[in-house]
Amino acid sequence: MSTLSAPGKEEGARMDADLYDVARAHHPFRPGRLLLWVVVLAVAANFAYIVANNPNFGWPVVAAYFFDPTVIHGLYVTLGLTVVAMAIGIALGLLLAIARMSSDRLASSVSSLFIWFFRGTPLLVQLIFWYNLSTLFPEISIGIPFGPTFASWNTNDLISPVTAAIVGLALNEAAYMAEIIRGGLLSVDKGQAETAEAFGMTRARALRRIIIPQAMRSIVPPTGNQLISMIKATSLVSVIAMADLLYSVQSIYNRTFEVMPMLLVAVLWYLFITSILNVGQSAIERHYNRGERDAAVRKDDAAEKAVQQEDAR
Amino acid sequence: MTTSSIDQAPLVRARNVHKAFHHVEVLKGIDLDVKAGEVVVILGPSGSGKSTFLRCINRLETIDKGSIFVDGEQIGYQLRNGKLQPLSNRAIATQRSKIGMVFQQFNLYPHMTVLQNVIEAPIGVHGRSRDEAITEARELLAKVGMSHKVNAYPRQLSGGQQQRVAIARALAIRPTLMLFDEPTSALDPELVGEVLTTMRSLADQGLTMIVVTHEIGFAREAADRVVFMDGGRVVEEGSPEAVLENPRHPRTRSFLSRFI
Ligand SMILES: Nc1ncnc2c1ncn2[C@@H]1O[C@H](COP(=O)(O)OP(=O)(O)OP(=O)(O)O)[C@@H](O)[C@H]1O
Ligand SMILES: [Mg+2]
Repeated sequence: MSTLSAPGKEEGARMDADLYDVARAHHPFRPGRLLLWVVVLAVAANFAYIVANNPNFGWPVVAAYFFDPTVIHGLYVTLGLTVVAMAIGIALGLLLAIARMSSDRLASSVSSLFIWFFRGTPLLVQLIFWYNLSTLFPEISIGIPFGPTFASWNTNDLISPVTAAIVGLALNEAAYMAEIIRGGLLSVDKGQAETAEAFGMTRARALRRIIIPQAMRSIVPPTGNQLISMIKATSLVSVIAMADLLYSVQSIYNRTFEVMPMLLVAVLWYLFITSILNVGQSAIERHYNRGERDAAVRKDDAAEKAVQQEDAR
Repeated sequence: MTTSSIDQAPLVRARNVHKAFHHVEVLKGIDLDVKAGEVVVILGPSGSGKSTFLRCINRLETIDKGSIFVDGEQIGYQLRNGKLQPLSNRAIATQRSKIGMVFQQFNLYPHMTVLQNVIEAPIGVHGRSRDEAITEARELLAKVGMSHKVNAYPRQLSGGQQQRVAIARALAIRPTLMLFDEPTSALDPELVGEVLTTMRSLADQGLTMIVVTHEIGFAREAADRVVFMDGGRVVEEGSPEAVLENPRHPRTRSFLSRFI
């Protein structure tokens, strides 16, 4: 090891710049790191071997039921509910976030009340509540409060298990998304909104073009979390007789008693979906990271080259 | 419309403008006329209300008393059947869209390239075609010496470069009036010159500008008129020679003595 004072003595007059050129630096070989890699890989391989060869896991059963129509149908229900509930949840959450941040007292109070209620009560209770709405309100009607009604429907016709599931999941999700989106909007420099305003942009346009794209950087990661929680939360809908992925494998093992293999089928599907979502999330994050000092360097090099070529012509 | 088209009416006319924040009066009756093509530099100590006044002109701040007219239209209000009513948000946005503003902290949109920053308002607010906006943006960027960075993102630029892009962005809306709030105060000394040069050339081209700055040199060379503010009032105004070389008011004198 050379200390700061050492080079003078060791190198004598050869204090040339080359020796200290960081471009020549290379990382020393670390045997400890290599050993650690070997150990971790060995443990992982051993664990995989044990799992694969343990007959109790019933891999042939897993393979047989992996694409079973009941399972696939459950998978569709899970995915469908997730996509629809999440889409409504994000859209409604955006409105709630904007309402909550607005200077209009009515809008912000209504929004706060909504968020308070739907975050403060268990999702399971909310689902059961929507499913059994008819026991509380046998009829739903549109009209003037305390005044005449214009139209009314039988609640049971309106609220099927599917609608109850979607409404329950979406409203709950909206409450969480509202806070995530609000946090994101607050994270954007106030000067940005002011600049958009000074240039004569309407509120809506400033949000859409200037504020939200910048807020996305802090909105996307927790939204990915929400989406993954939602996929698993959809399994709660089995209480209101919806056959999602988990419910489907349960219905099979109730018949065949192959509990572990069937649960493995569900687990593998959940992991598969989550992996795809992770890839998607990374891509989205990269998109919204453009303009960051480190992120955009490569792109800019390309752009610079294009400009240079243009200049050369 | 409240258009009062008296001949030779000033482009900007502020009368008795008062503004308070939480019961603390920051502007105590500002009167200021700016003629079309005039370059007015506002000087004054920190906290004297320079930024606040500038922000009142494009209604980033509301005023409590008095009136501000730009190009014959009252900012933020409208006379209807003899009664003064606040304008809708949309109408205010339209008024703002004709006033360019350059900020101390540049405030470029960090998620957009230089070119996208410049064409955003022309396309989105003024409804120009994309091709037209891009052609004009390239011309403006050439004018401020930023042609080589059209595809860069703001965070990859130096402060001086960012401010020059911000000036091009403000020019792209074809403003009738440009407001500059300490455009060089966030810059390293060696970068101040490039921004001032750009601003000086705009002044030479007859753009109407109100510039808040601490650059006495710029005031001397580029201003048609210098306004000295202190404690929320205009204390002294006149030609650069008069105000800078022979200040009459003791506050102006003591403020300027710091720059010699
Ligand atoms: N949004 C606000 N809320 C409360 N007080 C404010 C606000 N904006 C400005 N002020 C106060 O108003 C006074 C004038 O501020 P202003 O920014 O106009 O001064 P300035 O002349 O631009 O000063 P500087 O040269 O430091 O920029 C200051 O005392 C400031 O604290
Ligand atoms: Mg200021």
